[in-house]
Amino acid sequence: MAEPGSKSQTSASDETLAQIALSRDEYEQARERLGREPSDVELGMIGALWSEHCGYKHSKPLFRYFPTEGPQILTELGTENAGAVDIGDGWVVVMKVESHNHPSAIEPYEGAATGVGGIVRDIFAMGARPIALLDSLRFGPLDDPHNRHLFSGVVSGIGGYGNCLGIPNVGGEVVFGEGYSGNPLVNAMCVGIAPVGSLVGATTGGPGAVFMVVGADTGKDGLHGATFASVELNEASEERRPAVQVGNPFLEKLLMEACVQLVQEHSDWIEGLQDCGAAGLTSACVESAARGGTGLRLDTDAVPRREAGMTPYDVMLSESQERMVALVKPGHEDDVRKLFERWELTTAIIGESTADGLTRIIGDGEEVAAIDVDLLTGPPSYEGGAWQGEADAALARFDPSTLPDVADANAALLRLLAAPNIADKSWVTQQYDQQVLTNTVLVPGSDAGVVRIKGTQRAIALCTDGNGRAVRLNPHAGAARAVAEAARNVACTGARPLAVTDCLNFGNPERPEIYYQLSQAVQGIGDACRMFETPVVSGNVSLYNETPSGPVTPTPVIGMLGLIEDVTKVVRMGFRDEGDTVFLLGAEVAQEAATLGGSEYLAVEHGHEAGAVEVDLKAELALIRLLTRAAEEELLQSAHDLADGGLAVALVECAIAGEIGLDAPGVEFGSRLDAALFGEAGARAIVSVAPAKVEAVVALAAEAGVRAVDLGRVGGTRLRLGGDVVDCSVENATAAYRETLPRVMDGE
Amino acid sequence: MRFAVLVFPGTWSEGDCQFALRDILGHEADLIWHRETNLDGYDALIFPGGFSYGDYLRCGAIARFAPIMPAVQRHAAAGRPIFGSCNGFQILCEAGLLPGVLMRNDSLQFRCRPQYVRVERGDTGFSAACDEGQALMLPISHGEGNYFADDETLAQLEAARQIVFRYCDADGDVTAASNPNGSRDNIAGVINATGNVLGMMPHPERASEALLGGEDGLYIWRSIIERWS
Repeated sequence: MAEPGSKSQTSASDETLAQIALSRDEYEQARERLGREPSDVELGMIGALWSEHCGYKHSKPLFRYFPTEGPQILTELGTENAGAVDIGDGWVVVMKVESHNHPSAIEPYEGAATGVGGIVRDIFAMGARPIALLDSLRFGPLDDPHNRHLFSGVVSGIGGYGNCLGIPNVGGEVVFGEGYSGNPLVNAMCVGIAPVGSLVGATTGGPGAVFMVVGADTGKDGLHGATFASVELNEASEERRPAVQVGNPFLEKLLMEACVQLVQEHSDWIEGLQDCGAAGLTSACVESAARGGTGLRLDTDAVPRREAGMTPYDVMLSESQERMVALVKPGHEDDVRKLFERWELTTAIIGESTADGLTRIIGDGEEVAAIDVDLLTGPPSYEGGAWQGEADAALARFDPSTLPDVADANAALLRLLAAPNIADKSWVTQQYDQQVLTNTVLVPGSDAGVVRIKGTQRAIALCTDGNGRAVRLNPHAGAARAVAEAARNVACTGARPLAVTDCLNFGNPERPEIYYQLSQAVQGIGDACRMFETPVVSGNVSLYNETPSGPVTPTPVIGMLGLIEDVTKVVRMGFRDEGDTVFLLGAEVAQEAATLGGSEYLAVEHGHEAGAVEVDLKAELALIRLLTRAAEEELLQSAHDLADGGLAVALVECAIAGEIGLDAPGVEFGSRLDAALFGEAGARAIVSVAPAKVEAVVALAAEAGVRAVDLGRVGGTRLRLGGDVVDCSVENATAAYRETLPRVMDGE
Repeated sequence: MRFAVLVFPGTWSEGDCQFALRDILGHEADLIWHRETNLDGYDALIFPGGFSYGDYLRCGAIARFAPIMPAVQRHAAAGRPIFGSCNGFQILCEAGLLPGVLMRNDSLQFRCRPQYVRVERGDTGFSAACDEGQALMLPISHGEGNYFADDETLAQLEAARQIVFRYCDADGDVTAASNPNGSRDNIAGVINATGNVLGMMPHPERASEALLGGEDGLYIWRSIIERWS
């Protein structure tokens, strides 16, 4: 062969390395392992596969803290496109959450849309049919028009893509905070189902598999997207707009139908299936070869192109959307081609897997790369120094008891209900199709979305949770609390928490105070997942979320899967019948001022995002088990977890959802009214219980070691706590809760 | 009764309609790919929701040229029933089987929410199981459901009583606030002059089970089954 390095015998320039986000040291390592100067194409592939986005070089060493195994878990973390969980009755759930933060910061509509496209491909690449989407979003405060532009664009983009695919959006969150200004977080989670034993891997399976690219032609869009996602945002980021791809959801819908059919009906035709995501054909083909223990030979001249003048480098690193690579068994090329043609999709044979362990790339008839698969898929890994930043530590030392207690609890409650972080999110969710596929039992706005599995009695409960403010104050406890809240949310619907997928959104890990946040948060997630027996089955890491004004608020997002064995026993959050007893489960009403640490109340009423954050995982587990068991025994009329805004907001949310009031005259608030009403201590939930079941609930709570405080009775049109300490009509509360987003976004 | 549920590239409610008609109501419901050309033997055609051909160009504008459409036109001309919901309604309008067009929602946003519609006529082959004036709760999910027809067409539709459903509130009052998309006169569904083709934006298949939040969609299915089987 021609010497691959012959075109660039001199050492790579700083400019070249910056473009592919490779450090000089990494470049030297690669050159040493290769034994010569890498060619342009080789260097581009190294940069892409060694990026944080593909290679997880700063995060992989931390994954050892995650529990990853369990009787229900069918995949090994990080080995497949998504994690697979057995939910019984012959069905498997496949799930993953992924970020598209950087593209969304530059071009919110297409950035968010293609984020949805990417995560959906991860699910159907395994042969599972996508049945649910969730979105976990973070933006800067809405008084800034640029943040409103990003928020509105991201929501339209998610809707524009997901609605066209016919996958319901069943949950997620939207959070606003200064620490996300200019650096929005857009995390999309997709969940699919498939019969047990029907999934395929993203592997060549051995030498001789035929690489077939399917779907969109390859263009220059999205060049260096993976490396773009692995550097900080700055003023020049706007110039990287070409690194943002443009989505075609219609094409994706056809690809989805065709791929699900291929795997479910003709799995004997293929060794594997892989989507082209970050780093395009490079990662799709090289990673499949690595899993299959093979080499590969790829002819870029055979790749259908959207435009003239593309180099082999462009073809290998393009991130054009809506492309898949099928690893076809020899002899079945025509079968696969015809199946895709039926869906009006074009295919092209572009190469095959080989026995030599090398990635060989052909361009314009010449070999332009010949590099070990192991080298490409074996990036260096780093464990940096880690210590808490002094600013974060100082915030965590803040003592809320130094603040005066709340003077007018009613007024504070109404302000909290109208605060964007607590206010009704229908403005968002009504832009998403929530019910297509006719499985959605609980729609967004519930503690968790609930999706029934047709043909069985079962349903799954899904939610995402993250609490960046708490993670900043205490990364370990804050991240564990996010897992606990997610588990509590699915348990409130009656589900047993089963598995977790996570998206780690942090700043630049090369800085010790950021690496501290990341490593502590990962350990917190690991500890909580071990306690709840919910292994981490998949996930994504988004680092370098930084703007000139600083790092993003550290935000691990937890996607939780729960299982409901009998869908008719689903529990909803709204109060139901007059005379039902309302219990606070998990604690007395009275709370220490310290529980205001990191609370929404502190932020809204006092302008402090500060204080200590703690978590009690044993108490969380006891409560979760109690909620699940009480639902299974059909003891509950409603259940809702306590989160942002504490007890008072949770009670109002139950009243609003049920369109009925509550009278709780004898509540003991203790010495700090603000902490009792608005503190955010964990491991608490509100349930309402019909008179005939009260005794059973009290007994079950006692057995579980969970405190159950009788607050009062459901009924009337007002929410009354402690006489008139809180006394407002459900109608006024509903108005305050619902008006904020339409007013801010549409001027209504 | 035998239903043909038509499937175009990009259609996504076909399985939901099939599930409602077959699994919930116990009738035959076959999925028919747009490349087929024969609809003999089917009593009724269902045009489901979705984004046929990505809704590129204009919603429903490309589907009207699909190979199946001549057979659809023959079915319509023979006076046999055709029901379209959401994208199906858009296709029926584009194909000239129903008057009017569906434009972008006046909010410029996609809308998915529970929606009440008032039954304006309880005597059609798609609404006979309902009482006139009854408010049905049927989910909507569309970005382009803003019904438009010119004044002359609207007057004709009124005179011939071809407006079958209007957006309303829970009490059945047709108000501006209950109009989710800017449709003229709150029009949610219309029927053709001969009474055998009806299109509506809401999704009755999503309101066919109490478990999923409502059963008012069954009024539509039962009307079709009672009148046409």
